Amino acid sequence: MAEPLLRVDRLVRRFGGIIATDNVSLDVAAGELHAIIGPNGAGKTTLISQLTGHLEPHSGSVSLAGRDITYLPAYRRCALGLARSFQITSLLLDFTAADNVALAAQAHAGTSFRFFADARKEKGLRDAAHAALDRVGLAHRADVLVSRLSHGERRQIELAVALASKPKLLLLDEPMAGLGVTESQRMVQLLQELRKEVSIVLVEHDMPAVFALADRISVLVYGRVIASGDPAAIRANEDVKRAYLGEAHVVTHHG
Amino acid sequence: MKTFTVAKAVTALMLAGLVLLPLYSQLSGNIFILTLFTRIVILALAAASLNLIMGFGGMMSFGHAAYLGIGGYAVGMLAQEGVGSGFIQFPVALAASATYAVVIGALSLRTRGVYFIMITLAFAQMAYYVASGLARYGGDDGLTIYKRSDFSGLVNLSNRTQFYYLCLACLFGVVFLIWRIANSRFGLVLQGLRSNEQRMQAIGFPSKRYQLVCFVISGMMCGLAGALLANNTDFVSPAAMYWTRSGDLMVMVILGGMGTLFGPVIGAVVYLLLEEFLSQLTEYWALIMGPMLLLIVLFGRGGIMGLLGRLNRG
Repeated sequence: MAEPLLRVDRLVRRFGGIIATDNVSLDVAAGELHAIIGPNGAGKTTLISQLTGHLEPHSGSVSLAGRDITYLPAYRRCALGLARSFQITSLLLDFTAADNVALAAQAHAGTSFRFFADARKEKGLRDAAHAALDRVGLAHRADVLVSRLSHGERRQIELAVALASKPKLLLLDEPMAGLGVTESQRMVQLLQELRKEVSIVLVEHDMPAVFALADRISVLVYGRVIASGDPAAIRANEDVKRAYLGEAHVVTHHG
Repeated sequence: MKTFTVAKAVTALMLAGLVLLPLYSQLSGNIFILTLFTRIVILALAAASLNLIMGFGGMMSFGHAAYLGIGGYAVGMLAQEGVGSGFIQFPVALAASATYAVVIGALSLRTRGVYFIMITLAFAQMAYYVASGLARYGGDDGLTIYKRSDFSGLVNLSNRTQFYYLCLACLFGVVFLIWRIANSRFGLVLQGLRSNEQRMQAIGFPSKRYQLVCFVISGMMCGLAGALLANNTDFVSPAAMYWTRSGDLMVMVILGGMGTLFGPVIGAVVYLLLEEFLSQLTEYWALIMGPMLLLIVLFGRGGIMGLLGRLNRG
């Protein structure tokens, strides 16, 4: 069997007496869109933070394309092809959209210890930035300061920034958070497009979106993976229904 | 780029004034003004260097005067030991500043926010007490420099006009460098880190090494100002690195406009001229100066440059 792109093996992270990540193991194959769902407090963000390198696990391992990255700092993981978006939009507000994206491209295009030449005139970086902005449908907003963009547009810039580093694996932490209905639909469309090019781990609350997009879904409850499988299997799983979906039965589209 | 703004007009006027000042001094026979402005230009250079880490880098260093002392002592101590050549004194001043910046920066950059302010202040005070303890070099009383740096006839530092133009050339050179740096790859990373460090790490930039390099560049620039200042006063003493001097530099930067290219220069000119002016009027000049600065900082966000920018918009 081929090596999975991302392998998480028996990951454990405690906060005091609480086990926020409890022996989590999961694989993400190349080309797959793997969704992680779970009720609030299930440990989704804690898990993501360990994948991105913002939090160290107490035991277990994370490997990317066969390489152990468990204790690498965030910037090294990024260089290996792991890009993320933030649950709460985290951009350079006093920079333009194009500058935000161009910096991500710059991080992957040679050294940044260049002190003299005007970086905004580097054609390679600008082209990469515009291509990524175009990809998310924001090319016409390239020269606007991010602080003047709408929330929805910022969510799209988050994606463009992640794309500009040409990642192998994209970690998306609730990309639909706070989006309106039409914006959400546009984001789903966009992710439908992107998944053809890059493997994605998607943490999301928007159930219709998750079931429409995911190849596989892992369900996290109290830090533990209680089920993992394709959308149909998850929908039919009794444990999942009880633990998570049971309350509202909203598994079907916009129920 | 080519549009006219009030801020640009004021900047251009000020620069023209600085360039033409020796002419005025000569015609009017007012030698004092040239001496005063030599000091202003040197401290403007120091403020510009502080602006690089504070304004562009977002690192609030409260110990920047240490480099004024280090640069000055490099010149003074070498002169004392019989090494009078500027070609040795100035490189040593820069190297000593860089060394201090590497060590202090590597330690200070482990902290953030108010701790960074306190630790840079603490190191500068340490430097102050070390200088006070240098018995061979005057200790507390300071060190008189009997001969200015010798540049073998290239420029004569004892000639007031030549020395002034040397200082002005250094100031322009440093501002030009800062302009290039601010728009370079390095500068964008630096400003990105100021804006959102977590984001920059997530897109693949190790923050510390960029900030440390910036810290060192800024320190060397200020070390140059220190070497010039020692030549200007023919004297260097621990007082050059006292924390109030670091505070003065910070005020100049904030007054003029943090993170703008010429803000610190304008800030230095205005601050030092006000100080000169008010201290002639009254012994209690600080009582007038303090509230004035407070008002500008409170109501003129972005300092003088910010005010001028708003004038333009109507």
